Amino acid sequence: MGLRYLSKFVTLELDEEKCTGCGLCLEVCPHGVFSLGAGHSSIQDRDACMECGGCALNCPSGALRVRAGVGCAYAIFLGRLRGTEPCCG
Amino acid sequence: MTGQKSCENSSCCGGSVSLEPLASIEDLNPGYLTGWISRASARIPQVATRMTMRDHLDSWNLRWRLGRPVRRVPPGLYAVGNPGEDSPVLVSANYKMSFDRLRSALPGLDTWVLVIETAGVNVWCSAGKGTFNAREIHQRIMESGLQRIVTHRTLVLPQLSAPGVDSNELSRLSGFRVVFGPVRAPDIPEFLRAGMKATPKMRRVRFGFWDRVVLTPVEVMGIRKWAFTGFLVLLAVMWLRERPVSPAGALSGALLGAVPYAGAVLAGSVFVPALLPYIPGRALSFKGALLGLLWALAYAARSYPEVDWVASVPYVLVLPAISSFLALNFTGSTTYTSLSGVLEEMGVALPVTAVAVVLGVVWAVVRAIV
Ligand code: SF4
Ligand code: SF4
Repeated sequence: MGLRYLSKFVTLELDEEKCTGCGLCLEVCPHGVFSLGAGHSSIQDRDACMECGGCALNCPSGALRVRAGVGCAYAIFLGRLRGTEPCCG
Repeated sequence: MTGQKSCENSSCCGGSVSLEPLASIEDLNPGYLTGWISRASARIPQVATRMTMRDHLDSWNLRWRLGRPVRRVPPGLYAVGNPGEDSPVLVSANYKMSFDRLRSALPGLDTWVLVIETAGVNVWCSAGKGTFNAREIHQRIMESGLQRIVTHRTLVLPQLSAPGVDSNELSRLSGFRVVFGPVRAPDIPEFLRAGMKATPKMRRVRFGFWDRVVLTPVEVMGIRKWAFTGFLVLLAVMWLRERPVSPAGALSGALLGAVPYAGAVLAGSVFVPALLPYIPGRALSFKGALLGLLWALAYAARSYPEVDWVASVPYVLVLPAISSFLALNFTGSTTYTSLSGVLEEMGVALPVTAVAVVLGVVWAVVRAIV
């Protein structure tokens, strides 16, 4: 089922040089963004990334980078009003 | 690489919780406590896998934010069935519904459940905030004496806790290896049977019709204060405009006048979530504006063929703005919107909505004066 969000803004980056192909990112990603082959992981569906940050936090070799955070308009809005990080309530 | 570690004590998506200390599970004696078992000279509470009326009521109260719902489960180690030293250990948030969902997926199994303190916030939101983290899990392991109770060294974490838990750090701290379990609790028995292997399907988060619909009460309840304020304003306007009439007249006028706004609220906070995949566009604010516009046009055309288009212009401007704003709010509950996308979307939607509302109000005021 195709629930797709605005995609060209996704900040996910994979450094294939650093990747050891451990497969952990495939395990944690809830949107099937990665696939494994040729000894390293690759981004096969970048548009599906929701920037949760699970892969980057858990990658043992620091091969992943993403601006992670709550994709919640209300939180961002409140954060701006108060001049803080996005904050829910 | 994960930011946003502020406001740790607020619950995700509305309603903040204060962290008062909880009574012990013994004093609390909740309905799900069925007994106690002894392992390695520790007494461990045993919990039911069947949901009672009370549990369902708890969930209902949580969804509708009624009263002071039971939010938190006392953190610590729990037994499901009759677990032993080699039984699996499943880690859970202490949000009552997360805990309920987990234990009700485990009938007939013997497992340990390690509940950590996430301030009564569910797995995903607490991981996003960073309260579901490696240090917290480590601390609960130490407190519960888990190392003496089980001989193996494997923890099963909910997959959706990954944004908060650095599993490498947790292994270093605790000596436990981390396996990420499936996204959904009902898949856990199959995951365990397969030797702690999740199929690709179990790894994917879904956002089906019912997943979306059960979230709408929160959306509606979240704006009840705004709705009430809006209604009072409407009442005041009616009163001023048609002063000679009775209070009852003003009230019925305001009730009638509230219909278009109530429709816009429903469109944005109930119909957009429910019909999400079927509404054109990707930006939620766009989907909201579209439904709001349809509603505004339908409302304007209600007295067809004699439609007073001049009087309808404010509705066509303001109603889509309301629906759009509320739909944008739903990004906080979806399972697929990214921070960067939401920022982009807000940058366009908020100015446009603001301009539409101002134009609509100006139009209405000018028309009332002229
Ligand atoms: S987690 Fe990191 S090292 Fe492991 S496969 Fe993914 S990118 Fe490569
Ligand atoms: S940030 Fe989250 S959604 Fe995006 S690739 Fe990593 S794990 Fe998947």
